[in-house]
Amino acid sequence: MSINTDLVNKVTAFIWHEADLLDHKEYQDWLSLWNDSGLYIVPTDNNETDYEATLNLALDDKDMRRMRVARLESGESVSAGAASATVRMMSRVRVLEESTDQVVVRCAMTLNELRHGKLVTYPADMEYILTPTDDSYRIQRKVVKLMHADGFLRTVSFIF
Amino acid sequence: MSELIELENISLKAADMVEDGRVHKALYSDPAIFEEELDKVFNNTWVFIGHESEVPEVGSFKTSFVGRHPVILSRDRKMNTHVLLNRCRHRGATVCEGRKGKTKAFTCPYHGWGYALDGGLRGLPKPEEYEGVIDKSELPLESLRHESYQGLVFATFKDDIEPLEDFLGGAKKWIDLFVKQGGGFPLKVLGEHRFNFPGNWKIQLENTTDAYHFPIVHKSFVSSLDDATADIFDFLDGEGFVEDLGHGHSVMVMIPDLIDLEADLDQPIPARFEELAQALRDEGQDEDQVKRLVRAAHGTGFNLNLFPNVSCSMAFFRVLRPVTVNETEIQHVAIGGEGAPAVFNQKRMRLHEHFQGPMGFGTPDDGEAWERVQKGSMAGKDGWILVNRGMENLHTSPDGNVAGAVCSETGMRGAYQKYKQMMAAGEEK
Repeated sequence: MSINTDLVNKVTAFIWHEADLLDHKEYQDWLSLWNDSGLYIVPTDNNETDYEATLNLALDDKDMRRMRVARLESGESVSAGAASATVRMMSRVRVLEESTDQVVVRCAMTLNELRHGKLVTYPADMEYILTPTDDSYRIQRKVVKLMHADGFLRTVSFIF
Repeated sequence: MSELIELENISLKAADMVEDGRVHKALYSDPAIFEEELDKVFNNTWVFIGHESEVPEVGSFKTSFVGRHPVILSRDRKMNTHVLLNRCRHRGATVCEGRKGKTKAFTCPYHGWGYALDGGLRGLPKPEEYEGVIDKSELPLESLRHESYQGLVFATFKDDIEPLEDFLGGAKKWIDLFVKQGGGFPLKVLGEHRFNFPGNWKIQLENTTDAYHFPIVHKSFVSSLDDATADIFDFLDGEGFVEDLGHGHSVMVMIPDLIDLEADLDQPIPARFEELAQALRDEGQDEDQVKRLVRAAHGTGFNLNLFPNVSCSMAFFRVLRPVTVNETEIQHVAIGGEGAPAVFNQKRMRLHEHFQGPMGFGTPDDGEAWERVQKGSMAGKDGWILVNRGMENLHTSPDGNVAGAVCSETGMRGAYQKYKQMMAAGEEK
């Protein structure tokens, strides 16, 4: 088995960049990483594949992503104002498919949130569909499969 | 009313801590009161455990709770439903795990005792050592009395309790209105969001009849809406009302125009539903049906609070479960129409995702406020929670009930008076 380490490095660099933007709440820059037709998805059932036909925790098209960011940045949301700091680790990056049009990547995330003085941890399997640009990628699809998506979660006032 | 309860001089009795217009903060934080509530409230009334559409076929089941007790809602071979305690009669392991599913039987993982969908004990390995010891017919999974109304299933540990319909009483009219949001199709559960918060269950109970918080806590949600929709949610100065329906139940009508989703079908299609309307037209629905489905897609303009654990809240069921004195689990159950056009149910789910659940634009802010209430309940030796808003501005509703303005705390007072009555039981001396 041969691994295209150049490609793994390139997509990992992109995913790390995205993670850093989100942890530092640089949400406008994050929005610019997306294709207009892209979808940000956090399922309630990790075995589902038809996300439009099922209930998700989030299924954000371009408008919903923009509104989600606006809500977090508005100063109007008491939970976002409670300033949950996040630190996320992205690792175990594997390229599942590669073509000239897109790269399908799976990786692991552990996100830690400080909330009212307590640490909350969110382990997740991540799936990205990235479309190549001249020098980087755009996100066509990002699916956040929380390990405990099926359980009782704490409320979330940040972006996975 | 006294200003303080002399905590040193009386035993803490929950019933004494509910007055007409205020309740004591110990009701949120005292572990002994919490244990008493499980016994006197949750083991002693009808508790909502699910909707019949969640167990649609022979062998369908869902797991739920009555207070602290894990139960199974199952459907047997004759399509009858059962509510069974989730506990093997041998050594007590749960016989069913997971949120929902389909099965032929419930088999205990420990020693292999097998129970039928109706709870009957059907078989066990190596039966010879039980000869003359047990009779299988005497050891079914324990069954709870349960009844349903409009598909809403309630169960109870109190065998001699009044029929469910009597318990619902004045709430039945509102349940009938609520189920119209299937758009002419039977109501169907589409999925659910689950989250918890570090606070007492009654903080959540109060919230679904609290219109006063909406423009404050949910400002960021309203800002995400188009102007016409934001106007609909600007209801504090409108003609809405809160009505005490008895038995601790209440209805809070925020948007009177959306009480009856099968009335006023000639209204123009709002901009935010134009895409749905066009999708319905494109698949050949006639204009009457398009208008009917679009109006149903709104959800109802009211929250119906059913004491103690469920609210038929505009477009979904909000179900609470008390876990500990300062932890509560909540389900936001999305609903649509069984057999309704897929685009209709999908729009309902997208609207649900917008506000509800742990990642919605509304729920996290509710959760933050509730968490603060719980933290605040630890401040000081003494303290009261005010539920007296609108107490001097009441009227009698057309149905003969006590009613107040939409942002009055009439519904909370109704729930707390029922709570007081239940918690006082056994203390008449």
